[in-house]
Amino acid sequence: MVAAAALAEVAAPAAAGAALDIEQVSHAFDIDGAELPVLDDVSISVEPGEFVALLGPSGCGKSTLLRLVAGLDKPKSGTLREDESRIRAPHPSRVVVFQDPTLFPWRSVWDNVALGLEAQGILKSQRHRVDAALDLVGLSDFRTAYPHQLSGGMAQRVALARALVNDPKILILDEPLGKLDSLTRITMQAELVSLWQRKGFTTLLVTHDAEEALVLANRVIVFSDRPARVKADIRVDRPYPRHRGDPYLADLRRQILGLLGLDATW
Amino acid sequence: MSTYSLSDGLASGAPRTSRAPWLATWIRESGVGVLASIAWIAFGFSCLWWQDLGDWSRTHSLGIAAFIIAAIALLGTVGADYLGSAGRGLRQRAPWLVALGAFLTLWEVATAKFAWLPLPFFPPPQSIIEVYTDDLPKLLDSVFASVKLQLGGCLIGATVGFVSGVSIGWSRAVGYWAHPVLRFIGPLPATAWLPIAFFTFPSSWSASTFLIALATGFPVTVLTWSGVASVSNAYYDVARTLGAKPSFLVLKVAIPAALPHVFVGLFMGLGASFAVLVVAEMIGVKAGLGWYLQWAQGWAAYANMYAALIVMSLLCSGAITLLFAIRDRLLVWQKGTVKW
Repeated sequence: MVAAAALAEVAAPAAAGAALDIEQVSHAFDIDGAELPVLDDVSISVEPGEFVALLGPSGCGKSTLLRLVAGLDKPKSGTLREDESRIRAPHPSRVVVFQDPTLFPWRSVWDNVALGLEAQGILKSQRHRVDAALDLVGLSDFRTAYPHQLSGGMAQRVALARALVNDPKILILDEPLGKLDSLTRITMQAELVSLWQRKGFTTLLVTHDAEEALVLANRVIVFSDRPARVKADIRVDRPYPRHRGDPYLADLRRQILGLLGLDATW
Repeated sequence: MSTYSLSDGLASGAPRTSRAPWLATWIRESGVGVLASIAWIAFGFSCLWWQDLGDWSRTHSLGIAAFIIAAIALLGTVGADYLGSAGRGLRQRAPWLVALGAFLTLWEVATAKFAWLPLPFFPPPQSIIEVYTDDLPKLLDSVFASVKLQLGGCLIGATVGFVSGVSIGWSRAVGYWAHPVLRFIGPLPATAWLPIAFFTFPSSWSASTFLIALATGFPVTVLTWSGVASVSNAYYDVARTLGAKPSFLVLKVAIPAALPHVFVGLFMGLGASFAVLVVAEMIGVKAGLGWYLQWAQGWAAYANMYAALIVMSLLCSGAITLLFAIRDRLLVWQKGTVKW
């Protein structure tokens, strides 16, 4: 699936990960005049190149945190920094892959992947990067297809290629595998790990699947119910590729599910 | 056991299926073509067999033309296999040729030959042909005038409508000022402006252009606006994280996403503008097909009216066809669009 030659081509520019500092960030939504707190004094410090999974009950505010990291929204209080510089607006060094692929239906697969380079005005000289990114996710044969012709897994791969073509320093994944069938999901988890290992970007993954978090990440942060607070920060010191049946991971999974209030059933 | 009986059935059935269905196939493929040919021969005979009740000069030529079409229909469908796509197309349209031939025969008999329909009001086909041959210069002038007026008004209206629709949808400030004006003026039928337009504008031509632009512009504005307003925020989020500036968000996200709506607006605007065009030409402008219709009615030249109506419907249908062709080109990414 992953072509080594394509990898070498994409990885050419400096693509190492950036450090991310989330300092005492609190955030709230205004809903019909009432203030609904979603993040409560969250502080996380992510090392360059780390793979951090954010785990928490559904609706706890994980995705909101990702939007703040991406620069799409501003926090009510606290600061976010990428390599010492404060995050104030979106920047292509921090790219988000959303739960829905949100491909632009009026653009072909190739044009969708080219979106970032085109928006930054560097597409003309960098067309090879689009081709390489498509090779990377194994969809070179579909470059002229339109999104409505793709399956869910293929569409999510295109969305991944569209993010990776920008050589992000921080890759932000908002439950990108949540809507895929379990087989495609396992395949794409393996692909994600190998991409991350080869390219070295910092990865932030929001998920509500403890197993997925443990198979992919080398650090799992567990959030409380809304407003989200950091409940636990767990290091996963296991080599890749990891096995789902690993007793060490199974033990961690029991711990995490306990933190999420599910210990009785497991 | 079952395999044996299957091959047995095939073996004994083979000679039968190869002989008898030859005729059946021929009838299925060319039968309608032969029928079409018969219908047009009937039309030809209906022209030539009886005496005309009135004085029409093209009856004979029309009859001959009907026979020629009959011959083409026959040869074209029977020999379709040697004619490539033209033959296939003819075969596919053969049922329509049958219906058309039958209709023309009935029309001919009911008007020119027995006057079952009262005569000056229901002219026979040959008198309409006569209009096309004898009054061609005036008709062409009218077509040219109509197309010029329509094209100018529509282009102005569509452009202004599109730009204002995008601005209203995109900018809150523009929306604040434009929305009430649009609400107040937009639903007013453009024809209601006729009396005012004709004395405020320097010429009846500019007044009509304004009215056509108005009729086109309103639906284009509203639908472009609603198209831009309904673009999902997720698209903007994606584009922004990839480094898009506001101009990129408008030109490469909002507008392409709104384009399906824009084409609905253009379709509605075009339809509204045809109505305004005809009324404006009938009342103010002394040229164009609307004026030709009015003129023909004044002289009780009913054949000219029908002739002009046919031309008009071809032009309007052609304009819509063109619009849909452009849409299909621009919106290839959509699936399941309506075919015109």
